[in-house]
Amino acid sequence: MDWDWSFVWEILPALLQGVVITIKATILGTALALVLGLVFALLRRSRRRAVAVPVASLVEFVRGTPLLVQLYFLFYVLPDLGILLPPLGAGVIGFGVHYATYMSEVYRAGIDNVARGQWEAAKACNLTTAQTWRHIILPQAIPPMIPALANYFVAMFKETPLLSAITVLELMNQARSVANFNYRYLEPMTLVGAFFLAISLVSVAGLRMLERRYGRLN
Amino acid sequence: MGTSAKQPIIEVDRVAKSFGPLTVLNDLSFAVAPGEKLALIGPSGSGKTTILRILMTLETINGGHIRIDGEQLFHMERDGRLLPADERHLHRMRSKIGMVFQLFNLFPHKCVLDNVTLAPILTGRVPRAEAERRAMELLDMVGLADKARAMPAQLSGGQKQRAAIARALALQPKIMLFDEVTSALDPELVEEVLNVMRRLAHETDMTMLLVTHEMSFAHDFADRVLFFDRGRIVEEGGPDDIFRNPREERTQAFLRKIIAAGQRI
Repeated sequence: MDWDWSFVWEILPALLQGVVITIKATILGTALALVLGLVFALLRRSRRRAVAVPVASLVEFVRGTPLLVQLYFLFYVLPDLGILLPPLGAGVIGFGVHYATYMSEVYRAGIDNVARGQWEAAKACNLTTAQTWRHIILPQAIPPMIPALANYFVAMFKETPLLSAITVLELMNQARSVANFNYRYLEPMTLVGAFFLAISLVSVAGLRMLERRYGRLN
Repeated sequence: MGTSAKQPIIEVDRVAKSFGPLTVLNDLSFAVAPGEKLALIGPSGSGKTTILRILMTLETINGGHIRIDGEQLFHMERDGRLLPADERHLHRMRSKIGMVFQLFNLFPHKCVLDNVTLAPILTGRVPRAEAERRAMELLDMVGLADKARAMPAQLSGGQKQRAAIARALALQPKIMLFDEVTSALDPELVEEVLNVMRRLAHETDMTMLLVTHEMSFAHDFADRVLFFDRGRIVEEGGPDDIFRNPREERTQAFLRKIIAAGQRI
């Protein structure tokens, strides 16, 4: 089987559309995971057990089940309960919640790493709890965790082909449909691999920069 | 004014504190007059740091009462009944008290100036320009005006502690608590911190409580000295009484150990 450049040019626009969807899903999913992960981490620290225990259970449940099953559930089961989500919306929620449970552990470790004396100094400065979080604890906790959080961004990006299972027209799904249509898999799948590799390499380079910038705080 | 001036600014009344099975403070009572400089000395584990941390509300108490400036610290008086203090009450009470820590606890992500201005801007609603002007006066007083824009990691231990003192002063507390503020310093840096504290003691009418192992400094600094052992005050008196003529056997034994360790009293 020979490499066919004219076929490559023919399918490239469809694949680039897929790349855009893949990147969009990754960015939206990461944004949701970043926010939800912090929320999970903070709720799990709550002194009220009625708050901390259900959140901890949810986190364990989501981490303990496959993302693919969760995506199917969101897209194919929830409509039976009257909740109809568009494919990309279901995908972003699925990825966001799933990765939020991983990121909540990163947040938790980062927050625990802030010295106890910082809490005490904030109290002696008469800051409120909210002010202490915002001005003292999180600004110290978050920079060291940026490399780990960015790592999950890259991991999520590489897992986006799962979205093809719930009909999102992301890169993998586009490639498969042009391949099925033309009975040629070599060029579409090679291009998929090349796109993922290129974007991963750029992301990892960005990650190294973040590590250099934030890895040596304190 | 006449009567309130005589009222103690701190009243510790039969306070008990334990960590699990370990009793740290046992039926502890003492009072501090406004403007008084008090030194708390004693062996480690005697409870002197714990009472400072309790006054800053970093620890709760298991029994007894504390009054600051005539008001209950850990309780609220409502219709003649005492209720546990809520966060709002504690917040209001904390505004009367400042603390300087053994390990400085500067905010490492903020420059010296921002360390000093943060609390006045956030809690005192002082405009930034005004807060910075006052912070520069305080930094000038502790000899750090040229380090205002330095990050804490760039400072020596003595400079860190002087910055921490300026930070605590910025909220203009009525009471300042100093918890072994020179214990973590290299010996040659101790004096610069003690000099700042001497000036504070002489030039302000703030009430100051000092936990220290520097006996000669405690002698110069304090109007009154409390000797702690096993969660109780064993002996109290003027610095000359305690350091020159201690009555209690345990005080004498403690001071002998300090002298044997090479300190001058």
